[in-house]
Formats: sequence, C-alpha cells, structure tokens
Amino acid sequence: MSAATQNAELALYDYAPYEGRPKLSWPNGARLAFWVAPNIEFYELDPPVNPHRQPWPHPYPAVPGYSIRDYGNRVGHQRQMAVLDKYGVRGSISLSAALCEHHPEIIALCAERNWEFFSHGIYNTRYTYGLTEAQEREMIEDAMDTIERAVGQRPAGYLAPALSHSNHTIDLFAEAGGIYTCDLFHDDQPTWVKTRSGRPFVSIPYSLELNDTIAYVVQKMEPRRYGEIIRRAFDQLYEEGEESGTVMCIPTHNYQVSCPHRLRAFEEALEYVTGHSDVWVTTGREIAEYTLTHCSDQIKGGEGSAT
Amino acid sequence: MTEELLTYHQRHYGMDHDRYEWSMLQDRAPVRWPGGKPLALWINISIQHFPLSGEKPRVAPPGALTMPYPDLRHYTLRDYGNRVGIYRLLQVMERYGASPSLAISGALVARYPQLLERLAQTPYEWLGHGWNMLSMHAGEIDPAVEAGWIAEARAALLSCSDRSITGWLSPGRIQTANTPELLVKNGFTYQCDWVNDELPYNFRTAAGEMTCLPSCLELDDVFVLTQNLHSEDSFAQQVIDAADLLINEGREQGGRLLSLNFHPWLVGQPHRIRTVREILEALLVQRSDTIWHAAPAAIIEAAKT
Repeated sequence: MSAATQNAELALYDYAPYEGRPKLSWPNGARLAFWVAPNIEFYELDPPVNPHRQPWPHPYPAVPGYSIRDYGNRVGHQRQMAVLDKYGVRGSISLSAALCEHHPEIIALCAERNWEFFSHGIYNTRYTYGLTEAQEREMIEDAMDTIERAVGQRPAGYLAPALSHSNHTIDLFAEAGGIYTCDLFHDDQPTWVKTRSGRPFVSIPYSLELNDTIAYVVQKMEPRRYGEIIRRAFDQLYEEGEESGTVMCIPTHNYQVSCPHRLRAFEEALEYVTGHSDVWVTTGREIAEYTLTHCSDQIKGGEGSAT
Repeated sequence: MTEELLTYHQRHYGMDHDRYEWSMLQDRAPVRWPGGKPLALWINISIQHFPLSGEKPRVAPPGALTMPYPDLRHYTLRDYGNRVGIYRLLQVMERYGASPSLAISGALVARYPQLLERLAQTPYEWLGHGWNMLSMHAGEIDPAVEAGWIAEARAALLSCSDRSITGWLSPGRIQTANTPELLVKNGFTYQCDWVNDELPYNFRTAAGEMTCLPSCLELDDVFVLTQNLHSEDSFAQQVIDAADLLINEGREQGGRLLSLNFHPWLVGQPHRIRTVREILEALLVQRSDTIWHAAPAAIIEAAKT
C-alpha cells in the first residue's frame, strides 16, 4: 500500500447537507425507522498477537475482560432477548461468526424469532489490521459463509470486527454480496456508498453515541442517564422524521445492557420508543433493502458534486 | 507471517479453553434457596494492605498507589480503611444483623493484630485475598513465588482464627494461568475472580475441581464510585434496581444471586457510610421476605442441592 493510498481522504460518499435533501418516505408513512442491534460476540482468551492492536489490557489469562464478555453470552443474552420480545423488537445481530460454532444455542434462539444476523467478523479478537487484501477477503467471506451455513441466509450487513478497517473493507464486503455497512457514523439517514464495484450499497445509521458500551465504558454513564439520552435522541429524530424519514439505532452488548442494574433503563427507553405511532420497528437489512429499492435516487443526493 | 491471524485453533463447540463448560444461566435446573426466597445476597468486605514501598504492581489493582515514593496521600487513604473505615462498616453490618464475608490481605495479620482480633471476634466467614495489594497474581510469575503468596496468606489467616478458610478472591480479581491449580493445592475449594456468571459453577484445574462463585465487578463500590465516578445515590439506586430485577427473575425462573463488594477505605468514609446503611435497609429490611442473605460458603452449598 503506497503512502498516497494510506493518506487518501475518504471517498465512499459525497457530501450532502442535512438541509434541503429529497424527502425519504418510510413504509406506512412512518417518521422514523427504529432498530436495535445486539452485538453477540466471542472474544478469545488466547488470540494470536496482532502487532497493530492488543486485545486485552491484562496479561494472559485476561480474566477481567474475558469473563465479563462470557457473562454476556451465559447470562445477558436471554435477559435482553426477553425484553426485546416484550416490546416486539426483532434484534439485528452484529455477530462474531465463530459464535455459530461455539454457542449454536444462542443462534437457534435468535433464528426462531426471525432476527437478522449480520457479520461482525469471525471473532472480536481478530482485527482487520495487518491483513493483505486477499486475507481480508478470506476473512469476510469466511464469516459470511459461516453465518449462511448456520442460519440459511447470507448476511446483508457488516460491522467490521472491533471496528477495525482497511481501505478495502467496504469494497470487499460489497463484492462478497453485502448491501449495507454499519461502519460509518456520519449521518442520521441512509447514504449511498460508492464502492469500486459500483454495486448498490448503502450506509445504515448505527449510532456509536447510543451504543451501550460507549455510554457505559467510555462515557461512564449512570444507567438511568443512558435511558434518558435514548429518549432525547428519539424525540429529536421523531420530530425531524415528520419532514423526512430518519433512522435510529440502539447498538447493545449483552454484557453491558443486560446487567441487572442496567436493564431497567433500557426497558423503559424501549417502552417509550415503541409506545409512539409512526415508528417503523424494523431491522438493519429491511431498512437497507427498502432504501435501495425505493429511495436510491434520494440518497444519492450530492453525487457529482465536488469531492 | 500473518497466516496465524487467520488460523483458528479453538473454533469449535463450547468454550475456547477447558476451565469450565459452556452453559446459559436460564437453561439450567432452577436453584432453590432456603425458605423459597428468590434472591440470595452475598456481601463481601475487602480488607486490604497497600504497601508504601514504591514498588510498582505487575498490574495495578483498583486503589493502587500512583505517585512517586513516598505516595503518602494514597497510602494513608487506604490505611484509613484499616484504622477507621472497617470499624464503621462493621458497626453498620452488626446493626443490620448482616453476615458479610471478609476478604483479608494476609500481610495485615502481623501488621495490625488488634484489627485481626476484632475480625476474629465476628462470626463472619473469611476469604483469602492475597498477601497484599502488590502481590498481584498476574502474568508470568514463577509458580513457586505465587504458591508462596497463597500459602503464606492462608497460613497468616489461620494463625489468628480457628475458622476454616475455603474461599479466595484475588487482588483485582486477576489470575495467572496457574492460580486455580495453586489455590486447590493450598486447600481452597472456591474462588471468586471469574465474573462470567451470576451463580456458582464448576471450575476445572489440573489439581482437581473447584467452584467459582463470581464476585460481581459491575456493582463493586470501587468500580461504580471511583472508576465510573457515579454518585453515592446512584450507587444505591443501581444496587436496588439490580435486586428488584433479580427478585423478579428468581420468582419466575429460579434462584438468583446478588453479590456486593465493599472497601472500608472507600465506603467507610463519613460521607459514604450512609449509602451502605441505605443499601442494607433496602435489602435486609424492606426486602427481607424475598432475600436470603448468607455467607458465600453457605450459598455454594445451597446452590448444589
């Protein structure tokens, strides 16, 4: 990879001001497309060393980090699933593909609820960093094949493992048959993404700001405050959605949101959001498919403008 | 060179190690606590010695000294817990008839015999808690050195009490690859460091099986108050929210466990002790019909039947 490529500005989408965009219309006149993306991840206790990033802050065995993430799968998953069931939300799972092999019981519970599975790499302890383009393609296809074998449907979306990217990540995912990315945080509406194959491809808003791990670990929020910011975000996007459809995502982790001192705040926020009319409670895939089918022209917005 | 990054040695059903079996809490046979109560409550008090020495721990535990030698500010703030905070905390525990376990740094035995005498007079279970807060069970330590820490910590506690000591909580809940084996070889039957569950479970070691009774980190006072920087009132609220959720689950699905961990150097401060009282009031008085409060060894026994 040349220095010029390393330093290239992002060219995946065109600039498009939030004011004056063509109107997006969601099904049944909904103002807002709402989706919840539970990350169901597998972190390895002893992953190979990637010189670009350390998986654990502690030496082997990193008991604190590993064990709380295992808690998420052992204890937290079903607890969160019960709350999503209660409010009629189908999860869109950001899935470490190897979890299909490690914990098929979790996959079965989600599949019987008709939840969506999108790719989040093989393990959250395996990064894109340091891979050749061919190796990254191999990893992306391995994850998609693994999930397709387990659930019978090829994933449509990608959130790169541990948010680790290369300059080819989105191109490679589109070439492997994907149609949407969760890796871009630049907007509250879907955006047309220009990949090198030119295939129809869209960015679906997946909020880092409302992500429970960012809220609890980075922002160190009190649980009830987390519930409050979700409601505030909803109020704003719901109001704006009267003009043109917006998207709101709550990305979760079963080792954060499902802790017994935190679940209530999440549940109250879900009750609030789903208690409104004109909210399209949906999945990432359905937003992507609808957008590409019905709104392609609208989201291409600034195409052709100076970049 | 990067081929290893795409090689997966443990990609198969279950865990990627052999310490314990994969299982989801909700799929297990329900646990029944004594009296049919839906929630068991374990309160632990960690009584710790942070040496002034200036030596850096291999991994800094919460509360570690941070300043150049002599770090008087942190040393004395931690020592406050052993002079003042623990007595304040014990009085609150006694007032509410609580039965906390006490996890004690072995080094305190020779250092503060009056403290150990007071602790020995309580009816509370004791846990090994390392030699001191510098003897971190982390990374690649000579197993003989680590075995020495464990044996000496246990011997020190046994020297001033005739109670049996079967439980262990590592400083900072950190372990080496050898810690579980060394604990079993030294007579410990359970450890509390792996926070991956809400009920006790079987943990394999090359020296035989032991139990892991997870000590919840997310509601540990140091984690909530000093790492998350939440208010004391929020801390109490979080504990109560957790108890209520677990009581509901316990009624519907089978017994649940709430574990709390207090540090005398933190919640023993005059502006924080009230929060401990509020928590005990909410759990032991207001929810006495739904909470079974017991020592950890008793909880492990009850979970087996």
